[in-house]
Amino acid sequence: MTNEEIRAFIERAIAENEVMLFMKGTPTEPRCGFSARSASMLNTLSVQYAALDILPDPRIKQELIEVSGWPTTPQLFVKGELIGGCDIMTEMYESGELAQTLGVEMPADEQADLGQPDPTQGPISLENRLG
Amino acid sequence: MPSTEELQQRIESAIPGARAEVEDLTGGGDHFRAEVVAEQFAGLSRIEQHKLVYAVFGQEVGHEIHALSIATSTPDLNPTSEATR
Repeated sequence: MTNEEIRAFIERAIAENEVMLFMKGTPTEPRCGFSARSASMLNTLSVQYAALDILPDPRIKQELIEVSGWPTTPQLFVKGELIGGCDIMTEMYESGELAQTLGVEMPADEQADLGQPDPTQGPISLENRLG
Repeated sequence: MPSTEELQQRIESAIPGARAEVEDLTGGGDHFRAEVVAEQFAGLSRIEQHKLVYAVFGQEVGHEIHALSIATSTPDLNPTSEATR
């Protein structure tokens, strides 16, 4: 796969998935604490999202940085727009703004444990064709 | 390996009027948290505010600086100014 194809794939993933998370690892097997926490917030809010593991090829990360202008992963996009990484997501989660942006209700138990994503609430999985 | 003082100075000199507090999260000199207060953030979205801070370090974020966690605010929104209301 050429760099151009990887970039086009990333751009299409952002355009076609209303909630798109780029992360290290997968929602069920995150490879980084920040990615785990980000996926977990989305799981807790019960939103459907697509996730893409950036680790299989270092060029995925390079191209993602070029596309978004954001240097770290995870990165959350909603309706094609970069919302932010784990810090911004956490801030927005705690204020209820993330639920609002995603068009969902904050769960009653909003202090839900964010440690690990809940595998029973399966997100849409995006086939990783970049490997 | 960058020190918290170095990061703080670089943020404060790159963003005029900014005050930064930098913490080394692991003690390993590669996972940092920066809390930055600057007038310049007024009117900018959170994303734009964080991008200004990331821009100070360019390619170093993700490399020498493995992780940089950021919290930004403008002087008015800084919780420490609560008492003056």
